[in-house]
Amino acid sequence: MSDVALAAPSDAATAIATRGVVRDFTAGQQTIRVLHGIDLDIRAGELTYLVGESGSGKTTLISIMCGILWPTEGEVRLFGTDIYKLSDNELVDFRLRNVGFIFQQYNLIPAIDAASNAAVPLIAQGVGRGEARARAIELLAALNIADQADKLPSQLSGGQQQRVAIARALVHQPRLIVCDEPTAALDARSGRRVMDLLREVALADDRSVIIVTHDNRIFDLADRILVLEDGRVTHDGRDMPKDH
Amino acid sequence: MVWIAIRMLTGDATKFYGLLFGIAFSTLLITQQLTIFVNLIERGASGVYNVPSADVWVMDPVSRTTDVNLPMPSTALDRVRSVPGVEWAVPHLRAAASVRTKEGDLEGVSVIGVDDATLIGLPRRMTSGSTNVLERPDAVVIDDVGTTRFFPEGYDPVGERLELNDQRAVIMGVADAVPSFTSQVTLYTRYSRALNFVPGTRNRLSFVLVGAAPNIDAKILATRITEATGLRARTRDEFARDGIDFIIENTGIPLNFGITVMLGFLVGVAIVGLTFSLFIRDNIKQFGALKAIGVNNAKIRRMVAAQAAMVGSIGYGLGVLGTVAFIWSFSSNPTFKGFYIPWQVPLISLAAVTLILTLTGWIALRNVLKTEPAAVFR
Repeated sequence: MSDVALAAPSDAATAIATRGVVRDFTAGQQTIRVLHGIDLDIRAGELTYLVGESGSGKTTLISIMCGILWPTEGEVRLFGTDIYKLSDNELVDFRLRNVGFIFQQYNLIPAIDAASNAAVPLIAQGVGRGEARARAIELLAALNIADQADKLPSQLSGGQQQRVAIARALVHQPRLIVCDEPTAALDARSGRRVMDLLREVALADDRSVIIVTHDNRIFDLADRILVLEDGRVTHDGRDMPKDH
Repeated sequence: MVWIAIRMLTGDATKFYGLLFGIAFSTLLITQQLTIFVNLIERGASGVYNVPSADVWVMDPVSRTTDVNLPMPSTALDRVRSVPGVEWAVPHLRAAASVRTKEGDLEGVSVIGVDDATLIGLPRRMTSGSTNVLERPDAVVIDDVGTTRFFPEGYDPVGERLELNDQRAVIMGVADAVPSFTSQVTLYTRYSRALNFVPGTRNRLSFVLVGAAPNIDAKILATRITEATGLRARTRDEFARDGIDFIIENTGIPLNFGITVMLGFLVGVAIVGLTFSLFIRDNIKQFGALKAIGVNNAKIRRMVAAQAAMVGSIGYGLGVLGTVAFIWSFSSNPTFKGFYIPWQVPLISLAAVTLILTLTGWIALRNVLKTEPAAVFR
């Protein structure tokens, strides 16, 4: 285990544990190593930021941590399950039940209304459309956009679309929420509001939230900041290092 | 998830209607062209279909169809009548002639001479007049193609005189007949009178029409007649098939219709393939997001299959309806008289549509399945 991982408090329940995670990409004849043996423990109940410059490997790392990109080497345990030892279908099912996603561009389905968009993970789990929508509307109400439930994404503002995306990430009560640049397209005030919302709605004792960002306006809201440089974790702490 | 797939598809109106158009147009082209093809080549057997009472057609060995025949000596009739199992045998003459119309135009016609006594050889139904009108002097019965070809629409031709090969003929009735392959006007008259209308050669008897005795199989009787007389004898079904085969073998119609049907298929593949690919490309982020969230490939396959099935069923229905509308709207035109859609044709176009959608859906699906869920973070 690396020094960075040892720095984590031992009494907190571990949500994600990575051991020796390496990821190579091949470009033509050349193999490029993007991640160099990442060892990490992410605890439940924590809002963790993954920070780094473009090309530092943070998107690759978060993709591996949430089970959508196979590591070249190493082991990833999500809530105790070695996810890359699961079969393809088991892994997909594991994600469906344990991981919620908030994408930078929301990726809402344009042809279905906000409530149905938010209900997608439940529908994918086989919950009836009526019940799934009802549960999604409850969540939209918690996010203060219940009155927009019947509108198509194109009829919503950017902020409202993001709330629908948050509702979609939470509706099936996953234990890990993964967010990709949630404030990149927002002004400082809106960005902070979204982060407050995520903290309020998403974070719970048994749930982890990992956010990929390089928005320094919201660094003060993190419980833990991991800095990636050239595929290695170079900082792990509550605050950003002074030289960043 | 199927509901979401359908909404994704219908939500993009341009592509949805584009896909519907592609399938409907393809179905219409394939169904309509196959329908016309089948009905057209069946016209090669119209001469046989118009005489349903004859079980066996007897002819010179070189004769091939009702229109391609070599006349036999009149003694052939007696030879056929002497074959055991022949209930009745009557003479049948088919020849070409010219008619000068009232306007002075010259029209080629077919003259059919039917048995004087029994009138066997005349179509079963008459649209105007009755079969016994042929007993009158110079009487001919015209087929309904002739009424539209020679006279204005809605005009009753009964009583009209024609100049048939320089001889006087009077139309005394209109027969409800299946038009010939070339939709040539047909005049029916008694055999003895037909011999006068048609320029003479040594042999005049085109066919001998035979009715089989009870409990005698037509096929067995035909074999027996051939063995006994040396003439060619074909059952009704065989001779109808001969007429159809003659058109298939001696015209470019199957090739031309085949090309059109193939074009219909290719147009379907092109339009549907392109539109489906565009639809998938436009929604690839959403499909990627669904895969990341936890929608497995089996569900994605079902989603794309549902989209294809929906487009296919509506488009196919529209295409078949279009063909029905086409046939119905042209049903009063003598060229299309009696046209119907054989049950096999919609099945063939359904198979073609299924193939188009399977092919294009599979290509589109490959793009979705190849999409890595991790791509949504890029």
